[in-house]
Amino acid sequence: MLDMEMLSRIQFASTTIFHFFFVPITIGLAFFIAILETMYVVKGEERYKDMAKFWGKLFLINFAVGVVTGIIQEFQFGMNWSNYSRFVGDVFGAPLAVEALLAFFLESTFIGLWIFGWERLSKKVHLLCIWLVSFGTTMSAFWILVANSFMQRPVGYQMVNGRAEMNDFFALITNGQVLVEFPHTVFGALATGAFLVAGISAWKLIRKQDVPFFATSFKYATTIGLITSLLVALYGHAQAQYLVGTQPMKMAASEGLWNQSEDPAPWTVFAMIDPETKTNTMEVKIPYLLSFLSYSKFEGSLKGMNELQAEYEQLYGPGDYIPPVSTTFWSFRIMVLGGTAMILLAMYGVYLTARKKLEKGNTIFMKLMVAAISLPFISNTAGWIMTEIGRQPWTVFGLMTTKDSISPSVTGGEVLFSLISFTVIYTILGILQVKLFVKEIKKGPYPKLEAEAHTHDPFDKEDVTNGS
Amino acid sequence: MALNEIWFILVAVLFIGFFFLEGFDFGVGMATKFLAKTDMERRVLINSIGPFWDANEVWLITAGGAMFAAFPHWYATLFSGYYFPLVILLLALIGRGVSFEFRHKGHTQKWKDSWDNVIFIGSLLPPFLFGVVFAGLIKGLPIDVNMEMQAGLFDMVNVYTVVGGITVTLLCFVHGLMFTTLRTVGDLQNRARAMAKKMLVPLAALLALFGIMTYFMTDVFEVRGIVLTAMAILGVIAFVLIGFFASKKRDGWAFSMSGAVIVLGISSVFVGLFPRVMISSIDSAFSLTVQNAASGAYSLKIMTIVAFTLLPFVLGYQIWSYFVFHKRVNEKEHLEY
Repeated sequence: MLDMEMLSRIQFASTTIFHFFFVPITIGLAFFIAILETMYVVKGEERYKDMAKFWGKLFLINFAVGVVTGIIQEFQFGMNWSNYSRFVGDVFGAPLAVEALLAFFLESTFIGLWIFGWERLSKKVHLLCIWLVSFGTTMSAFWILVANSFMQRPVGYQMVNGRAEMNDFFALITNGQVLVEFPHTVFGALATGAFLVAGISAWKLIRKQDVPFFATSFKYATTIGLITSLLVALYGHAQAQYLVGTQPMKMAASEGLWNQSEDPAPWTVFAMIDPETKTNTMEVKIPYLLSFLSYSKFEGSLKGMNELQAEYEQLYGPGDYIPPVSTTFWSFRIMVLGGTAMILLAMYGVYLTARKKLEKGNTIFMKLMVAAISLPFISNTAGWIMTEIGRQPWTVFGLMTTKDSISPSVTGGEVLFSLISFTVIYTILGILQVKLFVKEIKKGPYPKLEAEAHTHDPFDKEDVTNGS
Repeated sequence: MALNEIWFILVAVLFIGFFFLEGFDFGVGMATKFLAKTDMERRVLINSIGPFWDANEVWLITAGGAMFAAFPHWYATLFSGYYFPLVILLLALIGRGVSFEFRHKGHTQKWKDSWDNVIFIGSLLPPFLFGVVFAGLIKGLPIDVNMEMQAGLFDMVNVYTVVGGITVTLLCFVHGLMFTTLRTVGDLQNRARAMAKKMLVPLAALLALFGIMTYFMTDVFEVRGIVLTAMAILGVIAFVLIGFFASKKRDGWAFSMSGAVIVLGISSVFVGLFPRVMISSIDSAFSLTVQNAASGAYSLKIMTIVAFTLLPFVLGYQIWSYFVFHKRVNEKEHLEY
């Protein structure tokens, strides 16, 4: 008998992780393009328009994949997690509906106007379109994170006939969790877009292709990258401190802390965790640091998983309330490591730009910047794994467990079928997006006429002469 | 009127909007296979829906979101019960969604042919599956006392629901052809009109067949006989007018009439359902209704305020986008896709 719950979890995890490769690019690039087009409208220099159009091409390839993988996200709550949907639909469905009404309509309508409207709309109205797309993508993040924050810290509800019913919408959207989670995630997305642009620009600069074009893009990207990755760290810190109060178990797991910590608490850099014996070996610790990270002062201890397990048994009845510790512990460290590397790289990039050393092509650093495209994706993914795995065994913290959330009428075989289908189609989409990205990047912002001339399709020539 | 009824109407309106709007771009997707003869014509067709199709699809996502928020049990029972067809639907929508953008990025014939096939299948399957699901909704489904739908393949796919599926598909095709007459010029426009007129005969037969089957195989005429009969008469009039206006080359009116048939058709599903949202074939006491499937009053109130504040803006800028791109797509001009 196939385990429907496990398969559904794998499917949800993989489709969500995959979807969240594209979402941050969408949010990040929309903002970046909006900045460039603003420069174009303000300064009137054609090169900014060319930049907006070139990065816009990548944006559109990515947007298409982001949209279609998003439809699955909305559908699979009902398809695979019907008990969950019944239980929280009242509270959780509302932000989803608002997301569609407020964000999805805005994005999809104005992106259509933006693509097809270069010749039909005035400069300013066209600029407004991309800002509305950028606003829409950001609002979309806000509303879905309102929904997610309810799962982390349920607020604004009351229990009626065994269901969570909303009783305070304002509390829901001012949930302390979303106030830290939203900026952390959105700045992470802006940094993702910035690192993508910086990495691609570096790749072109190494090859000395369209140097002024990509030097300018690189300058904007590293500046935005630096500011946003610093803000990511700042709000990450705020979120961790919030976690100490609201989800101490996740905090303890992400620190590999089995028993009440010393006071002041040291921060564990590295540890081999054995969940069987509930002990760690080979621990490397930095004194005082965990107290500082948790409370912004050099004193104070944290509860360990064993104490919390005993507390939760009192509160929620018998059960295992400890999440997969190693996964939580390591995903947290991977996220932080990636984020730190991003800050350092962006700093050096800004420094190089300021010293006007970019054109000389500092190749080792530039190569690092190409490789660094992967960093935000690794950190984003690790961050979500930590957040969602660290909340286990709950789907809604303290209210509903994951095993109670499934669809009773769906079989393991059906989920296996969908899991395989989605994996296959997602793999194809992923490969195609990368291939099309590489193709557009190689073609560059100013494709030569002769390069296109030997293709067999006469209409594409026409595209070029028309300035597409 | 209570909030539960308002939300039932709102969900219905969102689905009706979806079928009216995405209906024609599904139809245009089918026309890329049946109507277009050259690559250029296919590109004109794709460009004719280029600025719109994505926003049209958001009507479906919003309908799903509204269902989730206002009627969690409806959303949960329907989406888990129809698991398998929805997986197929999602695969089709995914392929279709990327194909418009991906198709023009490659230059080999094989690349274009592949994406043309994806556009075609991705435009053909969804209306068919929606037809099957909506027909199942009014026919009734094996829903138990716990609101769980334990449907076997033949509960979902049977003569009645398949006829429903084919009817919706052909209706979308005709609607798409009428849309093509509005957005293209010359030979393509004339052929689209001629093909639409030719399709009216089999479509009339299918609609009549589905209507008769609905009369005998479902209880909706017992529940809402007078209203549904009136709507059916209006539907017949609108249908005849499609042919009439198409013959006079009054394409705008003909398109409005094919739209009216869609609006009447989908509305009658919801009229027939009300006050139920899903009919149990096991015991009518197990049916989901606008009362027992709904969210709490507070949630509905908040959502009503949000929806009625935002919807006018959404409609406003969507209509504006159609106005911006009212000019016909001409192959002599620059085409984005």
